[in-house]
Amino acid sequence: MGFSLEGVGLTHANGFRALRGVDLRIAAGERVALIGASGAGKTTLLRVLAASLRPGEGRVKLLDGEPWVCAPAALRRLRARIGLVHQSPPIPPRQRVVTAVLAGRLGQWPLWKSLASLVLPVDPDGARQALARLDLAERLYERCDRLSGGQLQRVALARVLYQQPDLLLADEPVSAMDPALSELTISLLNEEATRRGVTLVASLHAVDLALRHFPRVVGVKDGTILFDLPAAQVSDALLRELYAAEGGLPLVGGLRAPEPAETAGELPPLRCA
Amino acid sequence: MSTTVRDPAALLRLGWTLVALVLLWPLLRLTDFHPAALFEAGNLTAMGNFLAGFLPPETSPDFLSLLGKATVETLAMATAGIALSILLAVPLGLVLTRSLSIARLGPGRRGWIGQSLRAVARALLAVLRGVPELVWALLFVRVFGLGAAAGVLALGITYGGMLGKVYGEILESTDARPARALLEAGSGRLAALCYGLLPNAASELVSYTVYRWECAVRASVVMGFVGAGGLGQLMDQSMKMLNGGEAASILVTFLVLVVAADGLSELLRRRLA
Repeated sequence: MGFSLEGVGLTHANGFRALRGVDLRIAAGERVALIGASGAGKTTLLRVLAASLRPGEGRVKLLDGEPWVCAPAALRRLRARIGLVHQSPPIPPRQRVVTAVLAGRLGQWPLWKSLASLVLPVDPDGARQALARLDLAERLYERCDRLSGGQLQRVALARVLYQQPDLLLADEPVSAMDPALSELTISLLNEEATRRGVTLVASLHAVDLALRHFPRVVGVKDGTILFDLPAAQVSDALLRELYAAEGGLPLVGGLRAPEPAETAGELPPLRCA
Repeated sequence: MSTTVRDPAALLRLGWTLVALVLLWPLLRLTDFHPAALFEAGNLTAMGNFLAGFLPPETSPDFLSLLGKATVETLAMATAGIALSILLAVPLGLVLTRSLSIARLGPGRRGWIGQSLRAVARALLAVLRGVPELVWALLFVRVFGLGAAAGVLALGITYGGMLGKVYGEILESTDARPARALLEAGSGRLAALCYGLLPNAASELVSYTVYRWECAVRASVVMGFVGAGGLGQLMDQSMKMLNGGEAASILVTFLVLVVAADGLSELLRRRLA
């Protein structure tokens, strides 16, 4: 029920070689953080795991299927069981929060139900519960363009919680949230994965968040896997090598950051030199 | 002068502008375009005399009741024609929309099926709108005889071709990420359209449809030729009898209808914004 990648390589249409020779095997129910400098290939890797990018080389097995070998109908069913939280929430600004959250189950609902839900939301309670866990229950009937960047990111998370996927993927899910909220959100993702016994893979820009919340940490550099270790064994030397190009470790604040914690507004993760 | 910061596209832009101007000149020569002729004394009086024949507009109760009846007929034909064209345009426009293609995710296998379908739809739309409505009308007159049926069908087919092409293009130029994210989570094409594309595209689709309805009202002048009744036929009669006053009243009616269509479009856009 987990997934495995064997020798996966991927070159984007513009010729950029995003992944090369990636081997990764993750068992059902594991919780893994992907870390690495920007442009290292974390997003591409997650999109391969979401069955939305087909690698040019290697084999991909997700849950119990091979997405690029099976029939289109089976691929669609497989995709409905995978939930990806996108880095920038793919939600139309004019949509209401309730519709955006309910859209998580479009892969499971028959067409008539999806269309009926546009007229009158078929499961507002379900959407409300998912939002309540992210402290947004009272915004249920608000339009998405009224929300801040961090709130929109939480709506996108609520959509994936509502989807109840067997493979939970998240691409920098807290990039628009302040440190305190980031902690809460990452805890929530881990809690959800543990409670439902599903696999969780999240890419994070803040190293300390990854080390604190995830038992297993995978470092991605230049499209390859630099290390794949239990969080306790990730050494400073390895991290320095991982972020050599960035000139310092990106932290969310707290673990190694001496500055007073920043709490105002929706800030990107703090970076400390 | 520093040459390192020069815009590399500037020279190209200048070149294309010059090419466009050079191409435009012979076209103007070819059409005998001499705007100065408009303002020569003899021509001004000729035009003045022609326009004076239109005044005052005819307002006799008999003619007004005829005009009212013709207006209702025209509105009925335009609406029926547009309804028919929407039936044609929606499926063809959806087929054209690449952002709703599931096979393009990945990209998956068998993408050629979708590609050839899109090419067929594009060719079909070109045929539908490439033949002017008058020619379609003359064709259908041979089946249905003189009357509204031929006109409605001709309008429906030509406008179906235009609407289908523009629907496809509006959907293509809408932000594709929401729909793509839904397709990647296993949603079907129609659900992805309704939850991912329509929230952003609806107001533009509606305003273009209302504009086409306005055009259909004007195009009913063509219907006069096939004896379809309505304002077109009335106009035809008035012009043939050189009754400028009646023609002026008909033109005023057209103007009112155009302004009304504009108001309707504005109202719908504001509702959907």
